[in-house]
Amino acid sequence: MCIVIGMSLGHTFLGLLEDHPSHGYDIKRVYDERFGHGRALHYGQVYATLSRLLKNGLVEVDGVEAGDGPDRKRYSITAAGVTDVEQWLGRPESPEPYLQTTLYTKVVLALLTGRPAADILDTQRAEHLRTMRELTQRKIHGDLTDQLVCDHALFHLEADLRWLELTAARLDELAAEVRR
Amino acid sequence: MTDTLLAAHDVHKAFGATPALAGASFAIAAGELVAVMGPSGSGKSTLLHCLAGIVRPERGAVAYQGVELTTRSDAALSELRRTDFGFLFQFGQLVPELSCLENVALPLRLNGQRRKAAEATAAEWLERLEVGDLAAKRPGEVSGGQGQRVGVARALVTRPKVVFADEPTGALDSLNGERVMKLLSLAARDTGAAVVLVTHESRVAAYADREIVVRDGRTRDLAGAR
Repeated sequence: MCIVIGMSLGHTFLGLLEDHPSHGYDIKRVYDERFGHGRALHYGQVYATLSRLLKNGLVEVDGVEAGDGPDRKRYSITAAGVTDVEQWLGRPESPEPYLQTTLYTKVVLALLTGRPAADILDTQRAEHLRTMRELTQRKIHGDLTDQLVCDHALFHLEADLRWLELTAARLDELAAEVRR
Repeated sequence: MTDTLLAAHDVHKAFGATPALAGASFAIAAGELVAVMGPSGSGKSTLLHCLAGIVRPERGAVAYQGVELTTRSDAALSELRRTDFGFLFQFGQLVPELSCLENVALPLRLNGQRRKAAEATAAEWLERLEVGDLAAKRPGEVSGGQGQRVGVARALVTRPKVVFADEPTGALDSLNGERVMKLLSLAARDTGAAVVLVTHESRVAAYADREIVVRDGRTRDLAGAR
């Protein structure tokens, strides 16, 4: 599970580079350690992101070290990059609307076709709880950063479960409505 | 389940005209932590009371170590609850006139242990639950989270085979609730106690090995839902 992937890898890199200039390899290592949580970045993602940031003037090459392999570029953030990351940090993320979930669609289709919708909800509930158990074990045995990341996921899963329970309690009503 | 420690089969119980359980079944093995979930009024607390021999079902059977609880006298049930069972409730239910140390030592004293030995064991448990510094304080002088950790120590001090926990985090904020659940689950696993955990909170249930759901007095094992 990763909270940052899918949001803004570029901004995350800018934040890391604002802390101190780094090589692509080090950025990847620090990113994987802090935010990867078992899903390491591919080098291709790292260098494509850095190229884009370079092209947009948000980072610059601070120095090049020759080695046995290819030359190692050291990147630093530019003033425009600092402004960009600052704006990103200050901008609230749009809450997900969660209106067209797959599960909602499944429940409605089950009711329309006369299948047991309650079973669909229970199956999903069991799967959610299974994931919550795994996260809880990771939290019990992990450090504070593990706890924070797991809590973020656990609270979202808990919200889903509350929806599952409420929907289970309203199935008869919903069935009457979808068949109307 | 071959190594079942405590089991209920097709249990029925009503309070007046109101049915609380209408065919509930449950089984727990030694050392297992099972969450009993369900909405308010679904019958989950009544199921816990039947399993602990506090309430006698009208129909169905509850067996502990293969022996039906209904065949035991009230005195034998009381003794079983003192020696083999531990209890943890939503509001600690500590004795307000006793210190935290005396509260934890109480189940051992009721089992006939001498004061010094009982209080030495109780002090170890308070340390284990990270509230050793509260030994001399009375329950009224400690916070809700601290009081509940004293409650966990009291529930486990006799090294029971089964701990019954009824909404143990219901009166706590998230952070204290998490702390109590972590300490309860780790301590129960250490001592090999089975835990019947009644809760309506999924984050609390996630500390369990598995969960069953009670709806309208009937149980459903979610593992079988798939």
